[in-house]
Amino acid sequence: MLGYTEKMRGIASRLLKDCSVEMVIGFRKGSMPMMNEPCFVTTIEDVPSLIWDSNCGINLANYLTNRKEKIAVFAKGCDSRNIVNHIIENKIKRDQVHIVGVPCTGMIDKRKIAGMVKGEILEVSETDDTIKVKTADSETLFEKTEVLQQNCTLCIHRNPVIHDEMVADPVEEQTSLDRYADIQKIEEMESEDKWQFFEDLLSPCIRCYACRNACPLCYCPTCFVDESKPQWMGKGQDPIDVRTFHFLRAYHCAGRCTDCGACERACPVGINMRLLTRKLEKDCQEQFGWEAGLSLDQRPALDVYQTNDPGTFIK
Amino acid sequence: MTLVTIDKKDWLKGLTAAAESYRLFGPVKEKDWHQFEELDKGEMPDLNMVNTRLSPKALLFPQSEDMLEYSLDETRDDHHIMKEVRKDYSPRAVVGIRPCDAKATQLIKLNFDAPDIKDPYWLKAYEATTFIGMACDTPLSTCFCTSTGCGPYHEEGLDVLVMEQNDAYLAKILTDKGQVFADASGWATTSDDAATFEAGKKAAEDRIVSKIETDNLADTDLLELHGAPFWDDVAFACINCGTCTFSCPTCWCFDIQDEVNGKSGVRMKNWDSCMFPIFTVHTTGHNPRDTKTQRVRQRFMHKLKYFVDKYHTGIMCVGCGRCVRQCPVNIDIRRVCELMNSFNPTDACASQG
Repeated sequence: MLGYTEKMRGIASRLLKDCSVEMVIGFRKGSMPMMNEPCFVTTIEDVPSLIWDSNCGINLANYLTNRKEKIAVFAKGCDSRNIVNHIIENKIKRDQVHIVGVPCTGMIDKRKIAGMVKGEILEVSETDDTIKVKTADSETLFEKTEVLQQNCTLCIHRNPVIHDEMVADPVEEQTSLDRYADIQKIEEMESEDKWQFFEDLLSPCIRCYACRNACPLCYCPTCFVDESKPQWMGKGQDPIDVRTFHFLRAYHCAGRCTDCGACERACPVGINMRLLTRKLEKDCQEQFGWEAGLSLDQRPALDVYQTNDPGTFIK
Repeated sequence: MTLVTIDKKDWLKGLTAAAESYRLFGPVKEKDWHQFEELDKGEMPDLNMVNTRLSPKALLFPQSEDMLEYSLDETRDDHHIMKEVRKDYSPRAVVGIRPCDAKATQLIKLNFDAPDIKDPYWLKAYEATTFIGMACDTPLSTCFCTSTGCGPYHEEGLDVLVMEQNDAYLAKILTDKGQVFADASGWATTSDDAATFEAGKKAAEDRIVSKIETDNLADTDLLELHGAPFWDDVAFACINCGTCTFSCPTCWCFDIQDEVNGKSGVRMKNWDSCMFPIFTVHTTGHNPRDTKTQRVRQRFMHKLKYFVDKYHTGIMCVGCGRCVRQCPVNIDIRRVCELMNSFNPTDACASQG
């Protein structure tokens, strides 16, 4: 992905110059190692701030919600699937977005890397296959594949599923992955262990809602946790309320989640809430043969009734 | 001010003695992070940390705190009468708090201990607490305390400041409260090595590499700054989560909720965040800050302008860098401060529209 930045700047300049879009949404270099900041560019002078590397894990579809402008957006495989969702769910119009497809070889996991080196990380640089991490007194070279976000290691849609133009040729898709080994392990637990597992998983939650807010699917004008008339749940730190938030949110994402990993990436306390959404992703696949965000012609599995539905309860 | 030296071998003994008359709180390692917790008997604060992931503000200002309780059971004589929840305000000590977080309690105090209004819950907890600070000899690259009126050996808000010195700790007793704690711990070996303390302070300050400038904030016109052209750009990435405000040692906003379970209820105080879309929504449905840009501007204007103008004691930030490190989309208060501090209304008037 190293050559992408220059190509992206070229595309952004062209689109702004010929007035085919009013803004370009992408990333600019962050102030911290392994962090880039989503940004918008409306003038050619600002185009040089755009960059691309393995730290662009935030899902840019989230920045399209309800916007009125004509927008160009850089979209990885997962972002493009969420743009499909957004179009189906009327959060943006197809002719309003110019999708610049970004074939993706995965985003790196800053928390995992921090756990693999001693001391504060001061600088991180990359080649196509390697990640170099500098601390005050060491320099470590990793294969990029060993430090990817988990969702990227499991990704089978690295190339955008919808695009108006591409930044580069498609990359090879990953095949023969065992995508749900960890989910199966949880499914096989006894009830008591399962309960304990979820209790431990969610106990660090501070209800900052970074997971919900980083998610392109979570665009409700008022989230159920914020409703007060009626009030669906408590607002304090009671573990029952914390769990209710996470479980219900996951269900709201069933059949829509693309496992982009923005939720887990955004979480300041390192909770892998993707275990919940991936269980539902797995169920949708097993029960309905459904994968979210691949086509503009089909509504999400739980958003549609078909006469050949295998469930008897619905007939 | 007295200086005492404590042999590291006697540290455990001292704290164990202090635990007879204090509830002790300190940093504890949880998986791959540290957090402040009440220490079990014999448990020692883990001083081998840079700082905790969340600030220790929750020790005085819990994320969720019951204030009043009541019964809806009409067969009881006291039904529907709000009663104060009983709490343990016996002496407690926080051991290992960093100077930045201790200074932050003094900024929060301006709000919870104002001349006209007092928050009894915060204040009682504050008055019960003795703050034993640990000087900060290994700051992070995101620490900018020296340019916020604070520093790695800053004493404001502390009762004792401890520095590490090879096999011993050197402790500066700063207040009467600190002396009482030192007496309870048996810290009595006085030292005249003030030079070591000064040298440690100087060396630690030199290790702070990140700086901000705040000199123009007070003199810049408030409304001009409010209307500055950069807010949409600053706010764009923001996802309106509570990470910055919840991790911040100086953010003090809270929301009050009644929660009823069966016939018994509590009135509680929960952390709130100006980043949340429903923050200060009026009962009419009017939202004073309906857009993301307005909310992000509120946070930075509060910390770097309104507070500066209201209290004349600098900015509402101690430079701990937590929000910088934890923001999911890398909105960096240092960059925003630079934009605000270097903002010149006359240059920008043309672009305000």
